[in-house]
Formats: sequence, structure tokens, C-alpha cells
Amino acid sequence: MLAIIDYKAGNLTSVRRALDYLDIPCRITADKAEIDSADGVIFPGVGAAGSAMVNLRNSGLDQVLREQVAVSKPVLGICLGCQIILDFSPENETETLGIVPGRCQKFSPDLQEEDGNPINIPHMGWNSLHLEKECALLEGISPEAEFYFVHSYYPEPDPEYVITTTTYGTRFCSMHGREGLWATQFHPEKSGRPGLQLLQNFFNYCREVHGAQ
Amino acid sequence: MLSKRIIPCLDVRNGRLTKGIKFKGNVDIGDPVETARLYYEQGADEIVFYDITASAEGRGIMLKVVEQVASQIFIPFSVGGGVSTVSDMRDVLLAGAEKISVNSAAVKTPHIITEGAEAFGSQCVVVGMDVLQVPVTEQIPSGYEIVIHGGRKHMGIDALWWAKEVERLGAGELCINSIDADGTRDGYELNLTRLIAENVRIPVIASGGAGNPQHMVDAVTAGKASAALIASIVHYGEYTVPGIKDYMHKQGVKVRREW
Repeated sequence: MLAIIDYKAGNLTSVRRALDYLDIPCRITADKAEIDSADGVIFPGVGAAGSAMVNLRNSGLDQVLREQVAVSKPVLGICLGCQIILDFSPENETETLGIVPGRCQKFSPDLQEEDGNPINIPHMGWNSLHLEKECALLEGISPEAEFYFVHSYYPEPDPEYVITTTTYGTRFCSMHGREGLWATQFHPEKSGRPGLQLLQNFFNYCREVHGAQ
Repeated sequence: MLSKRIIPCLDVRNGRLTKGIKFKGNVDIGDPVETARLYYEQGADEIVFYDITASAEGRGIMLKVVEQVASQIFIPFSVGGGVSTVSDMRDVLLAGAEKISVNSAAVKTPHIITEGAEAFGSQCVVVGMDVLQVPVTEQIPSGYEIVIHGGRKHMGIDALWWAKEVERLGAGELCINSIDADGTRDGYELNLTRLIAENVRIPVIASGGAGNPQHMVDAVTAGKASAALIASIVHYGEYTVPGIKDYMHKQGVKVRREW
């Protein structure tokens, strides 16, 4: 079973719907015992870093999440989750979880798209990934596949964690992590078949490593 | 670089498509869920449902359609029509849509744009604008006027001014529907689309007038749109989403080609 961490950061049901479609057992939960018993953890979220961190600290879920990482439970952060597992976000000047070294940046409105037009913020729509490092979650996914993004800030982890980059006015990190601890700035649950494959790969990894049924 | 988006639009009344959609093989499909799934599998980048049901009962049916779509297709989709309050927006988003599109409700009660953006984020709020070309006057300096009720009611609002205003109010995206071009199949209204795209910093979707794939290329190049809305040219099997994308790709437009 996968636990989808419920910390009141937006609508989490789109991730659950994608897992349901894949017949992957999951629960949207804020319960420590349930999260402890899960074979893997999905840490999604939309919205602002500041209020998300307040919710995490008030519920104690920040500590629960750190404990999962400490016992090598597989974790997949999505969107805001991909940003706040880093150390710091300039959004509301927020100290974030510090699970992966790095910080977030905001897209500069002065940036230009490749066609010379100024970029719109948020970066919203379909964009490609440039693979910087092999990753088990991208197995079976075409290098040409595109993913759906909606965000105004982007992660800037230590370079050794960068898995993919994406170009939008600048080249930014669109997926980061190490084995068992991954995070995507894009939304796999909204990225068609390649996104579903990524979620399936995550579950397959959880099943292999932790014997998920 | 972002891919330019191709967005099929489906008109729904009481949970059924208003016109039977004919795919290859001339199979009539009236079910919006099944049709959305077909477009999803063909590589549509997003889908728009336009609910033309007015009644409260119809809205309940539409929410069921949205839930079914959300459990079967895994790309963003939006719902317009019948959304006139923040509570309506919440219902549609909780049922599984990514975005809500407001059109005449935004003109009548502009504050719902801000309230929707504050409650759910700007990226959820699409403002649809029906626009008619009119003589340039002091009141309508751009020569493009906002209309509602399918063009029957002139609002005395300049379309360029309105586009900037809804951006300021918090809209995340604009869908510019030219009443002049709609149904002509002669192509999108490129001057209007470009005028607005060059004056806002949110994505613009071109709508109305698509007759062939070159029109989509024009919309996203000369028209500077981020996306093109299509309806009849794919609904009746004349063109397909992958066919349109292949054409656009050959013309040098970045489109999503793996799905």
C-alpha cells in the first residue's frame, strides 16, 4: 500500500485516481501508524510553501516524513512536495524540510522562451525532460515523452541529485533524487501514459524493496 | 520549451454530447466520457467540456461526467458553462477537473475571477471571452468588443482592456473566441489573438474558425497563442489529433508527439 500524505495542500485525489486506475492500493492519510505501515510514500501538494510548512509542522507530519526517509522507505515528492523537501524556498522566505540539500528559485519574468517571446509565469503546460542521470522511475518511458507542469518556483538541489532538466527560459531541474528518494516538479498523474508509467515504476520499486503487496 | 497545445472542445447537455461525434467508421458517440477517452488516447493535450445545461439538475449530471472523466483520463481538463459562483468552481474541481472556465459570469461578476484565483490558484481559472469586431470608437478603441449570449448581447467593453483586466483580477489563462470567425472554418482571428497575446503575460488559447491544420500553425505562430481549441474539424473525422500534430511538427511547431 502506498500512503499519500494528507497535509491539506490542495486536492490530493488526482494522485489517488491515477493509482486506482493502475490498481495500486493507496490511502490518503495523515495517520502516522498508517504511513509507517505503508510500503512507499507519495508526497504531493500544490499551493504556497509557507502555509504547507505550517500545516506539516502543526500536524507533526514533517517529522513523520523525515522518519520514513531515515528508514529508507521509498518516497516520491510531486510538485510542491518536490520543492519543500529541499532546505529553503524564497516563497514566503520559508525554511523547508531539509531532506535533500538545495533550495528553490522563482522563474524570472525577464526570461525568454526559445522563440524570443517573454515567458509566462507560471510555467504551465507540456514540456520535455533532458536526462542527466539514469533513474529507475524513467524505465520504459520514451526520451521524447513530455510531462505536465504547473509551477512558478523550481527546485535547485545539489548538482549530484539532478536527474532531469527542462528548458523554459532557463534550464532548471525538473526531477531530482537518489535511489529510494525521488521528486518530480511535473505532475505524473496528469501526464498521460508516461506519467502513469512513472507511478507504476515507483510502485514496482516499493514492491521489490519493501515487499508491497 | 513548452509545447503548443491542441485542445478538443466538447459541448455537453444533460450529460450527453449535443451533437453525435463521428470518428472514423462513422460510429456515433454521444457519451462525453467515452469521447474524452478517445481524444486522450489520440494525444489531445487537454480537453474542454462546455456544459450548456442551465438547470441545477443538469449541473449534478455534469459533475458525475467530470468524475468519470477524471478516473479515466490523465491529462488536464477544464469545464465551462454553468459555473457562476466560487461554490460551483469548488464542485467542479473536487470532481476532478483541473480548471474552470468562466465567460459571461466573469463579465457580470468580475470578482469571481479573484475569488476563484485566491481559493484555488490562478492556474485553475480560465476566462473565456466572446469577441466581435466592431468599428473603433472611444469606448472600444481596439475595435474588438466583448459580447455574451453567443454574440447577441453587446457589453460595451473593449476586448483588449478586458483581457488585461481579467489578468489583473487573477485569471490564469484566456480563451479568446472570435464570434466573427466561429463556424467559418476560414481560420482563427489572428489579429485579435495576437493583439491580446502580446499584451498579457498569461497563456492565450485561440478559439473559433479552425478549418485545417495550417490554421492551428497560424494561431500559435502569427497569432502567438499557446494553444488552439478545436471542435468540428476533429469531431466529424475530417482530421485527427495525431494528424494535426504531425502537420504542425513538420511546420516546425513544437507539439507533444509521444503519449
